[in-house]
Amino acid sequence: MNTHAKSGYLFVAPFLLVFAAMLVAPLAYAAYLSLFREQLIGGTVFAGFENYTRALQDDRLMDGVLRVARFFVIQVPLMLALSLASALAIDSGLLRFAKVFRLGIFIPYAVPAVVATLMWGYLYGPDFGPFAQLAGKLGLPAPPFLSDDWMLGSMANIVTWEFVGYNMIILYAALRAVPHDLYEAAAVDGAGAWRIAWSIKIPALRPALLLCLIFSVIGSFQLFAEPQLLQRLAPSVIDSGYTPNLYAYTLAFTGQEVNYAAAVSFLLGAVIVVASYTVLFVSGRRSRS
Amino acid sequence: MKAVKRFSAALLVLCLAACTGDSAGDDGGSAAPPAAQADIDKALQTPTKLVFWTWVPDIQKEVTLFEQKYPAIDVEVVNAGQGEPQYTKLRTALKAGSGAPDVAQIEFQYIPTFSLTKSLVDLRPYGAEALKDTFVDWTWNQVTGANGEIWGYPQDTGPMGMLYRKDIFDKHGIAVPKTWDEFAAAARKLHAADPNVYLTNLASNQNGAWMGLLWQAGAKPFTNTGPESVTVSLNDDVSKKVGSYWGGLIAEGVVSADADFTDAWYQALNRGKYATWLTAAWGPVFLTGSAKSTTGKWRAAPLPQWQSGGQEVSGNWGGSTSAVITGTKNPIAAAKFAEFLNTDPESTKKLALEQFLFPATKAVLADPAFTGQKPEFYGGQAVNQEFARISDTVDKQFQWPPFLDQAVNDWDETVGKSFADKSDTSAALDEWQKRVTDYAKNQGFKVNE
Repeated sequence: MNTHAKSGYLFVAPFLLVFAAMLVAPLAYAAYLSLFREQLIGGTVFAGFENYTRALQDDRLMDGVLRVARFFVIQVPLMLALSLASALAIDSGLLRFAKVFRLGIFIPYAVPAVVATLMWGYLYGPDFGPFAQLAGKLGLPAPPFLSDDWMLGSMANIVTWEFVGYNMIILYAALRAVPHDLYEAAAVDGAGAWRIAWSIKIPALRPALLLCLIFSVIGSFQLFAEPQLLQRLAPSVIDSGYTPNLYAYTLAFTGQEVNYAAAVSFLLGAVIVVASYTVLFVSGRRSRS
Repeated sequence: MKAVKRFSAALLVLCLAACTGDSAGDDGGSAAPPAAQADIDKALQTPTKLVFWTWVPDIQKEVTLFEQKYPAIDVEVVNAGQGEPQYTKLRTALKAGSGAPDVAQIEFQYIPTFSLTKSLVDLRPYGAEALKDTFVDWTWNQVTGANGEIWGYPQDTGPMGMLYRKDIFDKHGIAVPKTWDEFAAAARKLHAADPNVYLTNLASNQNGAWMGLLWQAGAKPFTNTGPESVTVSLNDDVSKKVGSYWGGLIAEGVVSADADFTDAWYQALNRGKYATWLTAAWGPVFLTGSAKSTTGKWRAAPLPQWQSGGQEVSGNWGGSTSAVITGTKNPIAAAKFAEFLNTDPESTKKLALEQFLFPATKAVLADPAFTGQKPEFYGGQAVNQEFARISDTVDKQFQWPPFLDQAVNDWDETVGKSFADKSDTSAALDEWQKRVTDYAKNQGFKVNE
């Protein structure tokens, strides 16, 4: 028993070491930092929860959180529906060139977010982007992709483009794990392809969908690269508080308010935990009923 | 998911950046005793390696001149990014206590920001004060601290003037405006005559140009009254005058507010959407490379003035210095290198003629090899001579805040945004003032408004 336990620890040690050094330690250090206040004049003083109370009253942070929450509510269902549809289509076996299709949808995920955003930023361009040129040829005004009203949608489009393939692969992998005798039994019972998809495949995908959903909660609330790059194209639309992560970054690297940024990051982490838990709770209750 | 990884990386960076082994350096109040000539000679003959961060392309040519004169010293030139990215790396290195360069390119506007955090070495002990007259007066004031410290040697400058399209002016019968009133009238006339053309573009993302225009108007937005106090005056009468002038022209639709240095902006310059570019002395060379299709159509003139018939004044946009960074093990060699680079006749001349930096030294500004150039792009006009003359008219008292990044960020989101949205610039100036003073107070400054 004793030697077993010892060798067990030995096996997990490499992971634990990296985990502690790369995750636990930075997190603990950030938590520690968030309790102090370093000023340009006067140095560092212990501030207790002052940074947190300031953050809770910070309208710009609140606006950012609400904005990404709105983003989540609109973008994620859309993206997951698309992923689900393409996973089912590939799995149905009815699709020609299924491999090409699968690869085609997945490729955007392999494109770095920065490159994807730059590319879309160009496509969105109000003066020389292809959409603007097309609209110009048709005598229409250029679609204002980068305007205040459209920005969140334009960004949702980029993120959807990037991650549909990724979620599709998760769902498709889960579909491959469904035993084929279920389909055969259903077919014997007279179920068609649609019925099989609805009654067997989608219920079987529930855990995978939940996984995708949780990833999406985290991804949405931590939006950073896309707004950060689009900021250059539309500086008056995207300010430094556009998303909470962008805000924390600006606080730390523009305002040198590292301690406050740490507190904001922790609060954002708390928001994500709560949102993820809510998703789990709601879906868990539904599956029981 | 990618975002998760990205975030932990960001956290890590955060921690690295924040590991403050803050050494309580002595305050810059009292100058260190001057280095003896014997020590200087010895330092320059001892084999030494210096690291120099700069983003000036091909500056190795001038560095080589120094290495030839002092063969014992080996200078490694590192491009750590232009502007902000370099400053971020510099701050990280300084906080980490290792990896910082010996000498770095620091723009004028960043000197108070870096001297406040004791990141720059006072150059007085290394003979800086004797070089005062080498440089144009206002540039020397820019590198001088509150207690007379010299924080860097000016390398290049950006006195502001107006580049204009002579062909467009001629076509619509517009005379080169001498005052801002004439400029406003010309803006209305031109846009009425051709709705696709704007007299100028005031970029809503370009705090540098805005500060230059404020500078010209004689505004004193920031005054560093003492090491722990700062006067912030961003919505005073002068600022409001400049703000409502530009906000008004933009809201009227006769001046555009497109973001600059973007693809669309380059295209617009080539296409003739803007009839002028209010820019700095580095603008002419820049434009030559960026708007090739308009060769021969541009000319240079001074900025329009607020008062007609008064003394001509201008502001500055851009330009930088070579500063010695705290923590260098070879301050003497580093200081002498920064000095050589920016004062040696051959080096400064090369900087102007081969790196196309607009000079900060009186000698090069008067050198016919520089002022006599008559580029074809400007129809053979001696543009360098024009800007050399403008350099003398730059107001000498302008100061920068000790927290530039924050002030600029807040400007983007208030005043700049008001230009982009055609909303109330006056209210935006109030908001800018409020945000900056709040920040300064949070940072422990005693703020005078």
